[in-house]
Amino acid sequence: MQESNGINTSVSRRDNAIARFSRDLVITVLVVVSFTTLIIVLAGAPPLAAYYHIFKGSLGSWVKLGHVIRVWIPLTLCTCGLLYTFRIGLWNIGVEGQVIMGAVFTTYVLRFGMDGRMANFFLIAAFTAGVAGGALWALIAGYLKTKGGVNEIFAGLGLNFVAQGIILWLIFGPWKRAGIASMSGTELLPRELWLSYVSTIRLSPLGLSLALCAIIVTAIMLRYTKIGLCLKALGSNPNAAHIFDLNTRLYMLLAMVFAGGFAGLAGSMQVTGVYHRLIPAISSNYGYLALLVAMLSNYNVWIGPVVAFFFACLNVGSIQLPMMLQMDSSLSGVIQGALVLAALAVHAWRIRARRIAEETWY
Amino acid sequence: MRIELRDMHKHYGSIKANNGINLTVEEGTIHGILGENGAGKSTLMKVLAGYIPKTGGEIIIDDKIQDYHTPADASRRGIGMLYQEPLDYPPLTVLENFMIGQAGGVSNKTLRFREKLEDLIRHFNFTIDPDVRVKQLTVGERQQLEMLRLLSLGIEVLILDEPTTGISDLQKEALFNSLRRLASEGKSVILVSHKLKDSEALCDRVTVLREGEVTGSMEKPYDANELLSMMFGEPPLPSTRSPVEYGGTVLSMKNISGLGERTGLSRCTIDVREGEMIGLAGLEGSGQGVFLRIAAGITKPTDGSLSFFGEDMSGKNLHAFKKAGVVFLPASRLEEGLMPDLSIQEHFALKEGGSSFFVKWDEARSESREKTEKFRVKGTPDTIAEALSGGNQQRLMLSLLSKESTLLLLEQPTRGLDVESTNWVWWHLSKYCLRKTAVIFSSTDLDEIMSIADRILVFFDGTIIKDVKRDKTDTKELAKAIAGKV
Repeated sequence: MQESNGINTSVSRRDNAIARFSRDLVITVLVVVSFTTLIIVLAGAPPLAAYYHIFKGSLGSWVKLGHVIRVWIPLTLCTCGLLYTFRIGLWNIGVEGQVIMGAVFTTYVLRFGMDGRMANFFLIAAFTAGVAGGALWALIAGYLKTKGGVNEIFAGLGLNFVAQGIILWLIFGPWKRAGIASMSGTELLPRELWLSYVSTIRLSPLGLSLALCAIIVTAIMLRYTKIGLCLKALGSNPNAAHIFDLNTRLYMLLAMVFAGGFAGLAGSMQVTGVYHRLIPAISSNYGYLALLVAMLSNYNVWIGPVVAFFFACLNVGSIQLPMMLQMDSSLSGVIQGALVLAALAVHAWRIRARRIAEETWY
Repeated sequence: MRIELRDMHKHYGSIKANNGINLTVEEGTIHGILGENGAGKSTLMKVLAGYIPKTGGEIIIDDKIQDYHTPADASRRGIGMLYQEPLDYPPLTVLENFMIGQAGGVSNKTLRFREKLEDLIRHFNFTIDPDVRVKQLTVGERQQLEMLRLLSLGIEVLILDEPTTGISDLQKEALFNSLRRLASEGKSVILVSHKLKDSEALCDRVTVLREGEVTGSMEKPYDANELLSMMFGEPPLPSTRSPVEYGGTVLSMKNISGLGERTGLSRCTIDVREGEMIGLAGLEGSGQGVFLRIAAGITKPTDGSLSFFGEDMSGKNLHAFKKAGVVFLPASRLEEGLMPDLSIQEHFALKEGGSSFFVKWDEARSESREKTEKFRVKGTPDTIAEALSGGNQQRLMLSLLSKESTLLLLEQPTRGLDVESTNWVWWHLSKYCLRKTAVIFSSTDLDEIMSIADRILVFFDGTIIKDVKRDKTDTKELAKAIAGKV
């Protein structure tokens, strides 16, 4: 009955899916815009002006766009990493701490090259260390999960606090600037250890290409490799692992290593390409934000970077708000949060509708 | 209460699950709804029970057209349904489950409900204990509980969806007796089934559905051949099996004990030879599941030794069992056997293993095409496992088996399958025996075991109390063993 017109159904099914997706998108955006507008009105600011400033502040000039991309890079790296853990059904909320530890490990290596000699060697070593730092931090959570049965959300959250503690201790303790210890961070790196950038828009081509590579590598890994397939399989049903002789623990750890590695890379970028020193807020909450990006993009490796770009625009654009409208810049957070909640609500609502419609009929 | 369904329609997109069904159920009768998997039986009953909305048609209760939209509405009108999977709260006790949805208000009515429940249990000669937690009950006992709960809500029409699936013969007998009693007390019973024997034994009248339409109905006495042709268009062939010569010993267990289910497994000693087809009989949860999982290397035995082809397997991991050619297919296909979100093609790619870094999608695709055709799985390489029907899921699982398997362990391999799929499964498995593979399967259907197995192990309370060749025993003797009498 279903086979006879298999091709027709699959085509119409795809059309339906696109129609459904567009409808969901429109509903989500409408909900978010009305909610945000309400917040702005309640805060006593003109909504249209607020949106205008966010737009102008993010895409209004090449310099602003450069800013946006500098935010987009770590956000995209973290999002790519999270796709591995979400694939196998792990909630790697510890990605924030993994960014921090990546930055810490990077700084540790760079501190040996403060005289500016052998800069390229130290940069490569620092990036490697950053990846390793993030991966190690993720592995701890993964190990607690696979060996100790500790939920990865709790382990990750705990490790985030530990990482935050470590970075504060380093900045105010062993790594403080001679004579002063302040929130502004460690000593500035010598120019040689800065990631080279295009001076007009302050954007590092290397950073941009690393992020693009991360997207492509992730897409290939998830779609075309055994690892990607096994992650998906175990995410779908860990109880059937024995049928296919899959080592669940191994793949969980592997997913954590990938997620932590990408997050650590983001941390390295923050140190060498953006702040050129270690600061307490080095992660800029990009880890948490990346969780939202991954969810909002429905864990799709191609949609993820687009959503990340939009979020980066919001983040950069909302910096204008305090200056122009005396509003708090946290409006971007409100919009981002509302977006994810609305998207999840619409998604859940659609799944429910589908469940009712597709109730098993035999 | 008299129920009449007029021109019932239920459509899912272009699929017509119910296409103009007319059906009348008289008061005080047991009415069977027969049909193979996918005939639209469950859909029709779920509509009647208010569980899913209808697309068109009328439900007439005692000559009045009724319109309702939820199961609660339906039960207020006296219609209640026992679903295939019991809908209860496993961590709570039997009594607590019984009280849910009935006991309102602040005051503690436990005593009153305990009395009510115990009365009902006695009335139907059931065996459940009000203070046991539901998660410790068998499927059959959970059914009994759900039935009593519905009855105490004042149900006049009881719908049962495949109630004999996964329950023992004893529980089936208790169930059937209670249903006959209900009918004699003036209540109506609707039995949804694809098992001819159950319907013949119980129903006053049956209606047969095929592909969403009524193909006929019949009153006692039934003509089995005619019913089968209404169900399938033509009667399916009974499975046949040619004799096989046994080879060397595949699996050898000595004094194996293990934990699991309610009874565990204690001191089990057997040898299994190449080409043997062994049926595991016994009440559900008497140790068959533990036995199969220990043999598969999934559960570790607490005591005793186990070997394959003479090689001791104690302390070996699951991977070593796989390497020895042991395959286990669990009863719950979507929970333990397949990856619900993965497509057929992805299952084949996953099975492939190998050491290459990239998935060979072309190979997986062509293999899945070839195998789905050979195994008659109704789906394309891109169909996800969850979207397949039960029979097709089972075929998919079988199509994933390696030909080089030395020992197949199958837990209720034909559970929930229609006659045609069942016959196909046995025909397929018998080919394994010809290749000297040993096959061990459990089943709750004694007739199935008698017609398929060469050798039968009867489990009782965690031990094998009978180990006998099929041609040296009969159903009566086995039934006695199942009940614990040797």
